[in-house]
Amino acid sequence: MSHYRSSRHHGLIALAAIIALLPLVLSNKYFYDVAILIGFNAIVCIGLNLLIGYAGQISLGHAGFFGLGAYASAILTGNYGWPPVIAALAGMAGVGSLAFLAGRPILKLKGHYLAMATLGLGIIISLVIVNQDRLTGGPDGITVGPFSVLGFALENERAWYWFIGGLLLLTVWLSQNLIDSPMGRALRALHSSEVGAQAAGINAAAHKLQIFVLSATFAAGAGSLAAHYSGFITPAKAGFIHSVELVTMVVLGGMASIYGAVVGAAVLTLLPQILTVLKDYEMVVLGAVMMATMIFLPRGLVPSLAALCERWRDLLPPSLVLRLEALIGRGRKP
Amino acid sequence: MSAELAQYLTTGVTVGAVYALVALGFSLIYNASHVINFAQGEFVMIGGMSAVSLVATGMPLILAVPLAIGITVLVGMLLEKFAVEPARGASVVTLIIITIGASIFLRGLAAIVWDKKLHALPAFSGNEPISFVGASVQPQSLWVLGATMLIVLALAWFFGRTRVGKGMLATSHNRLAAQLVGINVRRVLLLSFAVSAGLGGAAGILVAPITTTSVDVGVMLGLKGFAAAVLGGLGSGPGALVGGFVLGIVESLCAGYISSAYKDAIAFVLMLGVLFFLPSGLMGKRAADRV
Amino acid sequence: MSQTLSTRSLRWCLAGLALAAPWFSAPTLAQEPIKIGSFLSVTGPASFLGDPELKTLEMYIERVNAAGGVLGRKLQLVSYDDAGDAEKARTFATRLIEQDKVDVIVGGSTTGSTMAAVPLAEKAAIPFISLAGAVVIIEPVKKWVFKTPHTDRMACEKVFVDLQARKLSKLGLISGSGGFDKSMRAECLKVAPKYQIDIVADETYGAGDTDMSAQLTKIKNTAGVQAVLNPGFGQGPAIVTKNFKQLGITVPLYQSHGVASKEFIKLAGDAAEGVRLPASALLVAEALPESDAQKKVLVSYKQSYEGKFKSDVSTFGGHAYDGLMLAVEAMKKAGSTDKAKVRDALEATKGYMGTAGVVNMSANDHMGLDLTAFRMLEVKGGNWVLVK
Repeated sequence: MSHYRSSRHHGLIALAAIIALLPLVLSNKYFYDVAILIGFNAIVCIGLNLLIGYAGQISLGHAGFFGLGAYASAILTGNYGWPPVIAALAGMAGVGSLAFLAGRPILKLKGHYLAMATLGLGIIISLVIVNQDRLTGGPDGITVGPFSVLGFALENERAWYWFIGGLLLLTVWLSQNLIDSPMGRALRALHSSEVGAQAAGINAAAHKLQIFVLSATFAAGAGSLAAHYSGFITPAKAGFIHSVELVTMVVLGGMASIYGAVVGAAVLTLLPQILTVLKDYEMVVLGAVMMATMIFLPRGLVPSLAALCERWRDLLPPSLVLRLEALIGRGRKP
Repeated sequence: MSAELAQYLTTGVTVGAVYALVALGFSLIYNASHVINFAQGEFVMIGGMSAVSLVATGMPLILAVPLAIGITVLVGMLLEKFAVEPARGASVVTLIIITIGASIFLRGLAAIVWDKKLHALPAFSGNEPISFVGASVQPQSLWVLGATMLIVLALAWFFGRTRVGKGMLATSHNRLAAQLVGINVRRVLLLSFAVSAGLGGAAGILVAPITTTSVDVGVMLGLKGFAAAVLGGLGSGPGALVGGFVLGIVESLCAGYISSAYKDAIAFVLMLGVLFFLPSGLMGKRAADRV
Repeated sequence: MSQTLSTRSLRWCLAGLALAAPWFSAPTLAQEPIKIGSFLSVTGPASFLGDPELKTLEMYIERVNAAGGVLGRKLQLVSYDDAGDAEKARTFATRLIEQDKVDVIVGGSTTGSTMAAVPLAEKAAIPFISLAGAVVIIEPVKKWVFKTPHTDRMACEKVFVDLQARKLSKLGLISGSGGFDKSMRAECLKVAPKYQIDIVADETYGAGDTDMSAQLTKIKNTAGVQAVLNPGFGQGPAIVTKNFKQLGITVPLYQSHGVASKEFIKLAGDAAEGVRLPASALLVAEALPESDAQKKVLVSYKQSYEGKFKSDVSTFGGHAYDGLMLAVEAMKKAGSTDKAKVRDALEATKGYMGTAGVVNMSANDHMGLDLTAFRMLEVKGGNWVLVK
């Protein structure tokens, strides 16, 4: 873990550089669109990874929170004429409160039982959205107006790209600070040994609840923005399959790794776009990739890659390593 | 008892029997390996689709049914061998994703091997409804119930009377101890997937004449069976049975007397209620892992 | 070590693919093909729509090319599977417009996926012919958006007209919870008063439900029900029909155009006997009188499809046929693939004979079908027959 912390600024700078340089290869709106979707997914996944990777709590119902945020924006701006920013904040506050109320009994459960409870919660949310069709438009979905901040409307892909890029950096930065805060240390302690952490005076239940509420709020916020960006939202975005997609992104990228969440989101958003060439075999390959990564890289892409680099590093002569590290400006703490 | 209520109850019991079979499959695998197999619904699909395609080749039902169950069992064993076994010791969430990946994989494969259309299997003994205390029942419902009873009895015998069955039970209670007394834990795992796939396959074949079948049929049945398993207490055989029947009957009564739109939500509200207040389920003995 | 090798190579493959994707565009040819873009729900819950639609598009594009193409150029199909997910549909529509630079879009199996793509087509000014049912797609009229299937409102109206003819007025509804089902249910509730139809029961069932007898028992015990209508598609209507028979309900049962395929009769078996539904004449093509102007088109499509794919024709594939042919006709008439000209030609379509009926588009009607396009069919002796 230590090298993540030591390199946190490098990571942030690298991510900022990627976001800044990516438009050079994004030759049309379609590539922007995919990049923006990656951004949305990455923001949700970072929040979810705080919960799964750092607090060690599974949620198979996060799409429910995403969907509630999205529908809150759609309904409050569309039916009641609220300004988009206020609607999004209201959605986040609402989802946060729901997560707070539901989280108390849910987080008392562990492991599989927690997975089941969050799965149930997510499915109930999506069923309510499907059945309240007067308000939500039912399974066919509902149109959402454009997003605007302080009178400045985000109309084209380019504007959205920079907006989401900035938001992603902010999310990464906030999450890193959280992880390095006393709360983050408490969470990590919880993850490694709950009993030990409690013996050391850490209030397990309170910390887990806070992180659950925080990650649900992240999901709701991303949901609100995604709804405005798409201009259209259907209950599928609140459904079980979307929840599974989100968890898969986190685990595939690497649990307890912020950049893992970003990489996972990028890979799993790109994969279906690349797999379209396979036509009928698309699902088979997607399923196989999911299984294979989990079997062979159970820790996820980023941590496994990091471990691989360490191993290569040990094979190289020490003098070369020192020179290389000087080159990339990264020292390794003993 | 009013005819209306009788109808709701018979409907609920039929649906419940199917949920119970799927739930039993979940519990079996959970007991042996502490894996929640999200591909359980796919066993239901493979059973039904295999039976349909075998019958379509002109094979008589009496041959097609055991063969279709055999195919499902084989798929279950392959799944254990190539996806679950290599990932032993992985975290809960990793295993969940592996089985979800497996379910996507199997569904994709089924769409290529067969097709994406709906298929009907002929009812085992005609479609003439039978009248029963004012309710009318499809003969196939009796098949579903009868077969479920038989399967439950067979399972009870297997776990209570046979060496292998006892070994499986022992493994679920304490894996290390079981290993120490010479039980082949790997074989037990493989066997649990085989039996569980067989259960799912049987459920898929039994309901196919009532509901028709397609490659997507397992998704919702899998989730409902899962809810039933949790309702009764995950890992408990009698619990899975009770959970299945309770879920089926509650759904049917809810559709009849309250609201058919929120019937599906009831299943999951019930599941949450049980998790919050009776975390070991309606029939569970062991305390669930709670803080 | 073999493990690390394989995982490493997997990772490289992924990275390579990701990098290569942007450069996948086809090389420029002297005589470039006309690109028909499509996004369809080929997998997922709406695959019974997308599957025949894709097959139809593939088959007829091959045929048009074999006959020399359009404007001396070949047609090329670029299609993606949205799996019934509206967000995927939107991304694929963006991809068709921006990356593949298609000339026209024929697709959108469901209302949700269509509506998600509508703003894109409007913004990019590209003709978009949708294959989905709901009225919202063409009401209010959108400049670049057209559709080929009848609307769900028309299906309700056709059923209501038939009810009036049979002097029945008290209707029980049982519908699924999918988009098609819910949208048709809402339309039926909306237009019922116009036809003096009383909706006395309104039940629903969930996706993947295995038994609907509880809901039907409730309808059966509702006082005065004279007929039952089941808006829905897929597995649900077959189960409803079987349970209907099992419960011994004797009032007429109407299904929607959502099950307009012979497959429905196979699934529901004997219970389907006597069921009526509004649908295009495609299912009874051979039985139409020779004088029927639609017969030639219908028989040709039906026989081609069933001959090639060895499976029963459905009206959904027919919608894709109509969409493709309307686009082809419009390009011929416009004499170019210029998007604005093709759009104008589409809007000016008059008297086109399709599988759904005669299409007469106008500036305020981007579907161009009327109630006569729908026929009332009934199951008799295990087959669809025309009522009257």
